[in-house]
Amino acid sequence: MMTSISDSLVITKRQLLQLIRIPEVLIFSTIQPVMFVLLFRYVFGGSISTGIPGVDYVQLLMPGIFVQTVAFTLAGTAVGLAEDMQKGLIDRFRSLPISRSAVVFGRTLGDGALNIVVLTVMGLAGYLVGWRPSSGFLNVLLGFGFLLLFGFSMAWVGVLIGLSVRSARVANAAVFIAVFPLTFLSNAFAPTTGMPKALQYFAEWNPVSTMVAGCRELFGLQNIFGVTANSWPSQNPLQMSLIYMVIIMAIFIPLSVRKYINTASK
Amino acid sequence: MKFTTMSTVKSVIAENLVKTYDKGKVTALNGLSLDVEEGTVLGVLGPNGAGKTTTVRILATLLTPDSGHATVAGIDVIKDPDKVREVIGLSGQYAAVDETLTGWDNLVMFSRLYHLSPSAAKKRAEELLEQFSLTEAARRPIRTYSGGMRRRLDLAASLIVRPKILFLDEPTTGLDPRGRQEMWGVIDGLVKDGTTLLLTTQYLEEADQLADDIAVIDHGTVIARGTSDQLKRQVGGERLEIIAESQDLQKVTEIVEKVSGGKAAVDQGSRQVSAPVTTGSKALIEAARSLDDAGIHPLDIGLKRPSLDDVFIALTGHVAEEKKEEEIVDPRARRKKKKK
Repeated sequence: MMTSISDSLVITKRQLLQLIRIPEVLIFSTIQPVMFVLLFRYVFGGSISTGIPGVDYVQLLMPGIFVQTVAFTLAGTAVGLAEDMQKGLIDRFRSLPISRSAVVFGRTLGDGALNIVVLTVMGLAGYLVGWRPSSGFLNVLLGFGFLLLFGFSMAWVGVLIGLSVRSARVANAAVFIAVFPLTFLSNAFAPTTGMPKALQYFAEWNPVSTMVAGCRELFGLQNIFGVTANSWPSQNPLQMSLIYMVIIMAIFIPLSVRKYINTASK
Repeated sequence: MKFTTMSTVKSVIAENLVKTYDKGKVTALNGLSLDVEEGTVLGVLGPNGAGKTTTVRILATLLTPDSGHATVAGIDVIKDPDKVREVIGLSGQYAAVDETLTGWDNLVMFSRLYHLSPSAAKKRAEELLEQFSLTEAARRPIRTYSGGMRRRLDLAASLIVRPKILFLDEPTTGLDPRGRQEMWGVIDGLVKDGTTLLLTTQYLEEADQLADDIAVIDHGTVIARGTSDQLKRQVGGERLEIIAESQDLQKVTEIVEKVSGGKAAVDQGSRQVSAPVTTGSKALIEAARSLDDAGIHPLDIGLKRPSLDDVFIALTGHVAEEKKEEEIVDPRARRKKKKK
């Protein structure tokens, strides 16, 4: 058990070293969400009304962009693993006397840790354009903890995708097709009330929506964009999000580890 | 001294390995058996797709065979893969190191994964960099390394715990002649230190240079086994090779077979006719005279030393099917490299 943890940490450290050796990766993976913050803040911010006096769009937007960004964690995981596969690194890891789950655990930990940096930079950018969480330090911290856990659970989905596709490029495309609609068919950027009925229901049960609504609560806002019906997820977004995360991890951790063990590198 | 140090101990034994892919449609190994004596080098020689890599992957515990049995250092690779991983080193066809990290980073990481302590890992990394003449490049990312340097680093990474048995899957494929020479030097050094080595290669010359014993494989089975001299005797020494215009090939074949006294191999695509000869330059002169008499002007004529193709023609009667595959595989590999 102890060696398996230390093996995982060696893999995690490898990823952090990669960031130091190629800082561009970190720079670009933070520039993109910051760019989203600025674009949405100034393009939509003027025309989307929150319906509450004194609460401007940026307050609702920031939790949405946070969730979108950590949801895309799985892209990095999938692409990274697909690359390791292609280059034969996974073969080498599998020929070492290390625990069979160390490589994938280390990877998801590393990708989860990267989110700390990304979220910090985004939070600062949000602050500069007027984001002011009103719930107090502890709740804000709790909100970020929540986001990190979501990123970690999404990374496990990325492991399975990365080990299943033939190349890193396919991984990237597959992730984009899966995650992009999920983040938009939600309450993240606009009220769901304007959507067709079927999409409204989808949006309400969408884990992205419950995450966004949960974060809004933790950052001191009422969940405005999500309440179109009195469904349980929109009433209890934090609980529902936790349930989603547990389900995702309960399914994808065993599947991913098994896939890693059985995988034959290409 | 223990009895096990006597030369009859087999470090690697593979018996009747069978492996199929795509639900049995593609047979990679078809009852392959081989063994490697402790402290010796076995060269596994064969074209692409013959089953070399599959064999190595099974012996290195990366793949499970459909049937058959294999032991490495006396440990069953199927029942006890974890134990096998502790005593082997594997260096694959493509340099499997992290290209974004430096040589130093990589060796420290792999040392840590072999459970060396942080300080021991650093010490070992330093030793290996020194041993493989990579000290100067230690702090540079691998992507700036030459092909030969990458391979050396890859090999270094497989030697961290001084494995008893080392598997090298085509260690010099894709290297330029200089890189190949360097790699041979390094491998030679390891062998002198007593490492048991199983090495796969497409090059007869390489097997000749490094291996004590050679197993030639084709279509997933061993078709010949022996020392390089024994195999060469089967192949015959030099070969007479003539390239001519398509319409002359028939006639050229007759002449070549007459000079050689054996069967000629004809490759319509490259318009080449070749056959083993034993009389050296005399055969060349004789062939040239006969061609001249027949009014044929060949595009090229010469004596060549035996190649893998020749081993295959001698052993199997068909040309090694590596060229077709190489044409498909190589451009892709080259393109990949350029991108970086």
